[in-house]
Amino acid sequence: MHFTLKIWRQKNSLARGSFETYNLDDVSPEMSFLEMLDALNKKLVEEDKDPVAFDSDCREGICGSCGMYINGHPHGPVPAITTCHLSMRYFRDSETIWVEPWRAKPFPVIKDLIVDRSALDKIQIAGGFVSVNTGAAPEANSLPVNKEKADEAFDSSICIGCGACVAACKNASAMLFVSAKVSQFALLPQGRVEARQRVRAMIEKMDELGFGNCSNSGACEAECPKQIKLVSIARLKREYYKSY
Amino acid sequence: MAFQIDNLTTMEAFNTKIPDGPLFQKWTKYKSSVRLINPANRKKIEIIVVGTGLSGASAASALGELGYRVKSFCYQDSPRRAHSVAAQGGINAAKNYRNDGDSVFRLFYDMIKGGDFRAREANVYRAAEVSNQVIDHFTALGVPFARDYGGTLDTRSFGGVQVSRTFYSKGQTGQQCLLGAYSSLNRQISRGNVIMYPRREVLDLVLVEGKARGVIARNLITGETERHGAHAVVLATGGYGTIYYLSTLAINSNASAAWKAYKKGAFFANPSFIQIHPTSIPQLNKFQSKLTLMSESLRNDGRIWVPAKKGDKRLANDIPEEERDYYLERRYPAFGNLVPRDVASRAAKERCDAGYGVGDTGLAVYLDFRDAIKARGIKTIQDRYGNLFDMYKTITGINPCEEPMRIYPAGHYTMGGLWVDYELMTNIPGLYAIGEANFSDHGANRLGASSLMQAAGDGYFILPITIGNYLVDEIKELLISTDSKEFADAEKEVIGRLEKLLMIKGKQTASSFHKRLGEIMWNYCGMIRNKKGLEKGLSLVRDLKDEFWKDLNVPGTYKELNMELEKAGRVADYLDFAQLLITDALRRNESCGAHFREEYQTSEGEALRNDEEYAYVAAWEYAGEDKEPVLHREYLKYEEVEPKVRSYK
Ligand SMILES: Cc1cc2nc3c(=O)[nH]c(=O)nc-3n(C[C@H](O)[C@H](O)[C@H](O)COP(=O)(O)OP(=O)(O)OC[C@H]3O[C@@H](n4cnc5c(N)ncnc54)[C@H](O)[C@@H]3O)c2cc1C
Ligand code: SF4
Ligand code: FES
Repeated sequence: MHFTLKIWRQKNSLARGSFETYNLDDVSPEMSFLEMLDALNKKLVEEDKDPVAFDSDCREGICGSCGMYINGHPHGPVPAITTCHLSMRYFRDSETIWVEPWRAKPFPVIKDLIVDRSALDKIQIAGGFVSVNTGAAPEANSLPVNKEKADEAFDSSICIGCGACVAACKNASAMLFVSAKVSQFALLPQGRVEARQRVRAMIEKMDELGFGNCSNSGACEAECPKQIKLVSIARLKREYYKSY
Repeated sequence: MAFQIDNLTTMEAFNTKIPDGPLFQKWTKYKSSVRLINPANRKKIEIIVVGTGLSGASAASALGELGYRVKSFCYQDSPRRAHSVAAQGGINAAKNYRNDGDSVFRLFYDMIKGGDFRAREANVYRAAEVSNQVIDHFTALGVPFARDYGGTLDTRSFGGVQVSRTFYSKGQTGQQCLLGAYSSLNRQISRGNVIMYPRREVLDLVLVEGKARGVIARNLITGETERHGAHAVVLATGGYGTIYYLSTLAINSNASAAWKAYKKGAFFANPSFIQIHPTSIPQLNKFQSKLTLMSESLRNDGRIWVPAKKGDKRLANDIPEEERDYYLERRYPAFGNLVPRDVASRAAKERCDAGYGVGDTGLAVYLDFRDAIKARGIKTIQDRYGNLFDMYKTITGINPCEEPMRIYPAGHYTMGGLWVDYELMTNIPGLYAIGEANFSDHGANRLGASSLMQAAGDGYFILPITIGNYLVDEIKELLISTDSKEFADAEKEVIGRLEKLLMIKGKQTASSFHKRLGEIMWNYCGMIRNKKGLEKGLSLVRDLKDEFWKDLNVPGTYKELNMELEKAGRVADYLDFAQLLITDALRRNESCGAHFREEYQTSEGEALRNDEEYAYVAAWEYAGEDKEPVLHREYLKYEEVEPKVRSYK
C-alpha cells in the first residue's frame, strides 16, 4: 500500500508547528499504525533527517502511552482501539492521512506528536487512591463485595489514562477520565470510606488545571478506546453533589 | 576457545545472609531480630527507586509510608505505564480459599519444582509466605479482583500446578494491580514523601567509597543529564526479554540500568534463563515491533492441538476430532494443557519443526475453546477471557469463539537478573534489585502468576524491612552531595557515550541493529540451544557490535528529545549484554527449566539436569571491556525439598 501522510511537526513546546507531507510506499495491511510510522522513521533516519517523535511502549493497547489524532479522530477512525492496535488494513490504498497530536490546553505539545499529559497524573495524586498503609489491610475475604458491583467497578477501572477523551472534547474536559476512577472506588466498599473527599479533591484539581466542563456532547465516550461509558460521568456528578 | 577456561572463584565471594533455622521460621526470625531505624531518622534518609512497575511502585510507596524520602524514576511519561500493566492472567497466593489443599509450603514447592531446582529455597519460601498479604493489600486498595456470587474472591488455575490459587481481574490483572500500586504511590507523592521523576532514563549508577550513592539520569525531554544522590539505590527496572527484539515486553524495555550496575561491580546471575512463553500471537508481518501475549490462563479452558497429519492445510474446523493431535494431553496426561511454560513451548516448537504446524508460516499451533464453550457456555468463557478474545480479534481479525486461536512461543520473562542476597541487596553495598530485575525466586523457569506476586511482595513487604538493616549504619551520612568527583566522573562518562553514539554517523538505524540482534539470539540462544550454535551466536553478536559502532546513524543532538538516541543506547548495551547471556548458556552444560541444551536430554526429549555439577547460581562479575567475565558459583542447598526429576506426565 501507498500513503500520503500529513504529519504535524513541531520542534519543541515553544516552536511553531506545521504539517509536513511524506510519501510512504510498501506499507503492508498487517502493519499497525505505529509500525507504519516506524517504517517512515527508518526512512527518515537513513536520510539523516529528524524522525517523527511519538509516544508508545506496550504496543498492545494497555499502557496508554500512544495516542494521536488520525484523520480527525483520537486513536483513528476505528472505535474502541488504541493507536498501537490500529491496523493499516482499515485505510484505503493511496489515501492521504492527517496526523496530529492531542489538542487540548492542559496538554502542551512537547515535540511533534508527543504531548505533556502530566495533568492527568496530578488529578490522580489529588485523590485517586484508598488511604490504606502497607500492612494495615484486613483479610481479603473479610469484606464480601457483590459480584455485580465488583464487575461494574472493574468496567470503570480499565481506563488507561491515554487522554483521548480530553482530546476529543470541545471543552477539553477530563470528566470521563475522572469519572472512571471515582466510579471504580464509589462502587466498592473499600473506596466508599473516602468517597466524599476523593470526588471533591479530584474535581477541584481538574478545574484548577484548566480542564473544561462537560456539556454532554458524548465525544469522549465515542472515542474512548476502553469504552468507558457516559453513565460514569453521571455517577461522578451524583457523587459530587452528594459530597456537599 | 576462550570460554573453556574456568575462572572459578570461591564461595567467599558470597554472603547470602540467609538466616539460620528451619525454613518456615527464617523470615519471622529475621523480622523480629532485624535492626530498626526510628521514624525521626528515616526522614533524613533518601532512597532512589528506579522503576515504577509493580515492584518499584510498591517499594516507593511502602518506603514513603515509613517516612523515608524517596525519589522514583521511570522512562515513561507516567508511572502508571510500566510494563507490569500488561500482565494478564493473574497473581498467586496461598490463601487456600478453595479448600483444595493449598498452603504456603505447596506454593513454595511448586515454585521450586517449576523453577527446576535452580532457585534459592529461603527466598522462594518467603515469597510464598508474603503472598497472602499481597492479596489482602490489593483488595484493600480497591483492586477489583474477580468475585463469586457470594461476594468472596474467585480464583483460577494456572500452568504447572494442581490447585486453584490464582486471583485475577479478567485478563487485566497486571493493569489492576499496577494501578493499585500506582494509587498508593500517588498517595505518597501527595504527602510529599515521594518525588516522582518521569521521562527520566537512568544511565549510570554512582558509587562512592564502594557504596551505591546515586544515579545519573537523562531527562528525556530536555536531554540534559542530571545527578541524583541517595543513601541507597533500588533497581526495579524489569526484564530484558526485548533482547529478542520481538517479545511480549514493552518495546522500550531494556537491560541498561542493570547492565551499568554490572559494569560497576554488581554480579549478574543466570542471565541465560529466559522464559519463552508458549501462547503468543504469532508474527504476522516483517515490520512487526512486538508480539502480543495470549495469557496462559487460556490453557485452563483451551485445548492445544495440531493436525495429526503432516502439512494438513484444511481449515481447523474442518478437521475431525480423530485427526487432531492434542499433543500436550498425549505426552503429559497428568497436567495436560497445564504443563509449565518451558515444556509447552518446546513441545510446540517440536511439532512445528516436525512439519505439523499450522497457518501460512507453519509456525503456529491451535488453542481451541470449542469444547469449553460446549461444556460451560459461551457466557462463562466470555466472562473469563472477554478482553483477551477481543484483543485477539483486533489483531488477527479472527473470532476465537468460532475458530481456534493460532499461537506460537515468544520471549517473555527473564528469570535471570542482578544477583541479590536474602535482603535483596546486590553485592554492591546499598544497591538493591527487586521484581523481575533480580534473579532469586524463579530458578530456571517461572510459574505463571508468580511474578506479580513476587514483584509486589518484594516491594511492599520485603525490601522496606530489609533495607533498614543497611540504612541503620548510614544515618550518620547527611545529605549525599552530588558535587563529588564520583558524580562528576560518572556524568562525564555518560555524556561521552552519548556523544560517541552521535558521532558514528553511519547509515543504519538502531532498530535495524536491534532486529538483527534479536534474530541471532532467537536462533542461537532461544528455546533450544547447543554448543555449536551458541559459539556461532557469540561470534555473530561480536561482528554485529563492530558493525554497530561503525555504521549506526542517530540524527540530532543529545540536548533535546531524541528517541533514536535512547534506542541506540539500549541496543548498544544489549550488544554487550548478549555476549554475557550466551556465555552463561554455553557454560551451563545441562538442561534445566527454560535452558534447554540439546546435548543434555532424556531419550524422551525432556530436559536432563545435572545436579552434581550445576546446582548453582551462576553469578558473573565484570572483568573489563572485552575481557572474559568471571564466574562465581553460589551452590544451592536444598534442605526442605529434594531435587527430583521434574515430571508432569
Ligand atoms: C505480556 C505479559 C503478561 C504477563 N502476565 C503475567 C501474569 O499474568 N502474572 C504474573 O505474575 N506475571 C505476569 N507477567 C510478568 C510480570 O508482569 C512482570 O514480571 C512484572 O510485572 C515485572 O514487574 P517489575 O516491577 O519488575 O518491572 P516492570 O513493570 O517492567 O517495570 C519496569 C520499570 O522500570 C523502569 N525502567 C527500566 N529501565 C529504566 C531506566 N534505565 N531508567 C529509568 N527507568 C527505567 C520502567 O520505566 C518501568 O517503570 C507478564 C509479563 C508480560 C510481559
Ligand atoms: S477514559 Fe478512555 S479516553 Fe479517557 S483516558 Fe481513560 S481510556 Fe483514555
Ligand atoms: S503503546 Fe501502550 S497503549 Fe498503545
